Amino acid sequence: MANRRSPLWLLAGLVLLFPALAEPQDEGFQATVVELREASFPDKERIVERLAEGGHPSARPVLAAWLDDRLYVRQSDQKILIVKSTDESLASLELVDPVSQKDAGSAGRDDLVKIGTNNHLRRQLKIALGRFDLSSPDPAVRLGAVREMLRALDEPSIALMRKRIGLEKDAAVKGEIETGLALAALDGSDPKGRLEGIAALAQKIRPDVRNRLASLLEKSTDGTFTESDAEVRKAAAAAVRTIDQKRAVYSGVETLFFGLSLGSVLVLVAIGLAITFGVMGVINMAHGELMMLGAYTTYVVQLAMPNHIGASVLIAIPAAFLVAGAAGVLLERTIIRFLYGRPLETLLATFGVSLVLQQLVRSIFSANNRAVETPAWMSGTLQLNDALSITYNRLYIIVFTMLVFAILVIVLKRTRLGLDIRAVAQNRAMARAMGVRSQWVDAMTFGLGSGIAGVAGVALSQLTNVGPNLGQSYIIDSFMVVVFGGVGNLWGTLIGGMAMGIVNKLLEPYAGAVLGKILVLVALILFIQRRPRGLFPQVGRAAEAQ
Amino acid sequence: MRAPRLWTPLREDKAGVVFLLLLAAMAIGVPVLNQGVPPSSPLHLSTYTLTLAGKYLCYAMLALAVDLVWGYCGILTLGHAAFFALGGYAMGMYLMRQIGPRGVYGNPVLPDFMVFLNWQKLPWFWLGFDRFWFALVMMALVPAALAFVFGWLAFRSRVTGVYLSIMTQALTYALMLAFFRNDMGFGGNNGFTDFKDILGFDLHQDSTRVVLLVVTTAALAASYLASRMIVCSRAGRVIRAIRDAESRTRFLGYRVESYKLWVFVFSSVVAGIAGALYVPQVGIINPSEFAPINSIEVVIWVAVGGRGTLVGAAAGAFLVNYAKTFLTGALPEVWLYALGALFVLVTLFLPRGLMGLVSRPWRSRRAGEASPSTWTRQPQLGVSAVIKAK
Repeated sequence: MANRRSPLWLLAGLVLLFPALAEPQDEGFQATVVELREASFPDKERIVERLAEGGHPSARPVLAAWLDDRLYVRQSDQKILIVKSTDESLASLELVDPVSQKDAGSAGRDDLVKIGTNNHLRRQLKIALGRFDLSSPDPAVRLGAVREMLRALDEPSIALMRKRIGLEKDAAVKGEIETGLALAALDGSDPKGRLEGIAALAQKIRPDVRNRLASLLEKSTDGTFTESDAEVRKAAAAAVRTIDQKRAVYSGVETLFFGLSLGSVLVLVAIGLAITFGVMGVINMAHGELMMLGAYTTYVVQLAMPNHIGASVLIAIPAAFLVAGAAGVLLERTIIRFLYGRPLETLLATFGVSLVLQQLVRSIFSANNRAVETPAWMSGTLQLNDALSITYNRLYIIVFTMLVFAILVIVLKRTRLGLDIRAVAQNRAMARAMGVRSQWVDAMTFGLGSGIAGVAGVALSQLTNVGPNLGQSYIIDSFMVVVFGGVGNLWGTLIGGMAMGIVNKLLEPYAGAVLGKILVLVALILFIQRRPRGLFPQVGRAAEAQ
Repeated sequence: MRAPRLWTPLREDKAGVVFLLLLAAMAIGVPVLNQGVPPSSPLHLSTYTLTLAGKYLCYAMLALAVDLVWGYCGILTLGHAAFFALGGYAMGMYLMRQIGPRGVYGNPVLPDFMVFLNWQKLPWFWLGFDRFWFALVMMALVPAALAFVFGWLAFRSRVTGVYLSIMTQALTYALMLAFFRNDMGFGGNNGFTDFKDILGFDLHQDSTRVVLLVVTTAALAASYLASRMIVCSRAGRVIRAIRDAESRTRFLGYRVESYKLWVFVFSSVVAGIAGALYVPQVGIINPSEFAPINSIEVVIWVAVGGRGTLVGAAAGAFLVNYAKTFLTGALPEVWLYALGALFVLVTLFLPRGLMGLVSRPWRSRRAGEASPSTWTRQPQLGVSAVIKAK
């Protein structure tokens, strides 16, 4: 930038390196700052200009503090000072010297008078800060500055961007500057310039760009077009169409992604049930409460290691598997094994167990929801472009579900336990004759399904409130997924859950969340009438026995 | 077999006679103790107890309805509270219209919540509910229509066993979500409350409550007699045959779907009437009545009392609800443990319920009556058969 040519910038560079040499400049800066004490708003605007032009290294922090309402006059000695934080709870305010940017003790709230701003001044401060940031070496800071300028385009910021575009190396910042200049070109008097601006803007997908282009097509109150040139109007209409098409595609992708993430949750909560209900034929109404146990395990693990929230979730996964799995084995050994072949009775007994488990966590953890923290690596958004952003927790839930599903398929198809489980499910008597300990396999199968419910609980703890009713709210959904997909079919559960999630999210914009859910439920009830065995019914002798 | 007359079903039904006598005693005793005995006397029955008794009677009717479909026809319904709530809503709509201009906003036609939501006119489905006879028809017709449509679809496509149970649960869950919406026109999550009077009688008067209780007692007795008539009729035998061996009954030439459908519809009407009688006595109806857990609780009342006995179902409703009232008052945190344990213990150790304990001596003499002991041991339907075949 200009600093290669101007000796003043060289001086500024020296000032940064050797603060001791900067004394004469400090004095000028100090004098300008002190003027703020008695300045009127027009005076203040001029002071902002001077501070911004002056190039003092402390100018940016002072202007930023001013914009944040952190610039104060101390009554006792009439000194201008920056306050570190204006948090209401602090008894006394920590102070920073505006010139040296060093700590300057503290002062009571009563002793300080704020240097006020008005809307006009605030805008000016923002632009001044934007100018500072545009020459920052950090591309992220430059990007933020350009975005700030785009919110309110005016002559000085357009001039600033024009200067910058030739020098800018970062593609993202350059793109934003181009948007800004193209938007500015729309206001120009030359129709050719406007056409060029439209051509540049047609490549963008930001909503404000679209709205600006659409505004070219509007009529003013007297019936004439705000945009006089018909050619420009045509180009603008075409550009708006292009942008709308692109945005529609991206919003479709986003809906699909939301649907997949909701579907993943459904698959995750249903997949343990697919084992206990689908493979064993046990109606486990306590399935939701096993998920709840998993969620509470996450909470306890976080309590045990409050300083490692990021790792706690990873540790909670095996822990929840063990806790819920153990609970499942206990449930199978003490109650369910007496009720095999009586699914309706199993339903009632396990429902009783679910009530006991709910009350148990109420007694231990209280009836209130517990706060489970989300690790830093799971929060935040992945901004793919201006129209499409993906939150990390939704992304992780899809990946996690796929992982759990893959592991489960491998366990069932490739391990000894899986072989035993399938053998007992297919023909119990024959499996026993071959030396399979069917009772042990029953307990392990149930433990596996319950353990996966616990793992699902860990995921749910990151998505919803962890409370005694966590399980209840998912139990009907998970049964619907298993029945929809076809009992005894893991792939059916996967496809059924994903389909339900996507349909739910597709309906949501038209029907609203609750009505969408009702419609899905009703559709499922009707679907089961048509195909009572679900999407992928079991075939062969097992199915004919009904 | 001869067409059954009113007394035929009762001839061999000692438990039923005892039950009806108890109901009669209640219908006479409660008004006397509440109205005839001065409040200072220890024998006086308080308004609270009166309301509680009315509530239990409605629950007993609901349990009777569930017992008819589950105990006799083998359809484990986990959504019967939906019919109960629909009947209740029909009555609630009548009671809301009766408030008239006495509401908070003083609108002579629109109930308060509609004024609050800025509705200009009454939705079409509220028309007619200012007349009692119309509400009376609707409280039976609406549950019956829902049961007919649902049952017609489900039974015709042979959805049975646990699949049917899960479907009924989904049905009541969907209805709950729907009634929670304000746009539905049923008061959203607040439902209906603040009723003033019924047929011109003040609902807050003990005398009105006593009459309501007597009416409920009569309704329960009538439902019992009607259910008993169905059970003892030729159709009742077919229904039990469906429960015990559905395919075999079908192969014998009976239209299984029709029998199931009519039992289901009749049962939903009984549940709807129970709900309609429930609402004026407790003074509120809201969407939480549709909650799936309510329906499951009804099933446990029936299981505790003894399914397939009718009297047992009603007795179970009284006992479990009395325990609930007592425990939630005295030891609130114990109630869910107790209810949960009840579910487990009854299914494991008392498959025939309390009636199974009581009735064995004089029931075993009657070989002609299909004893539940022969079918509780049999695998029910659905997955069990699949598993066995594997």
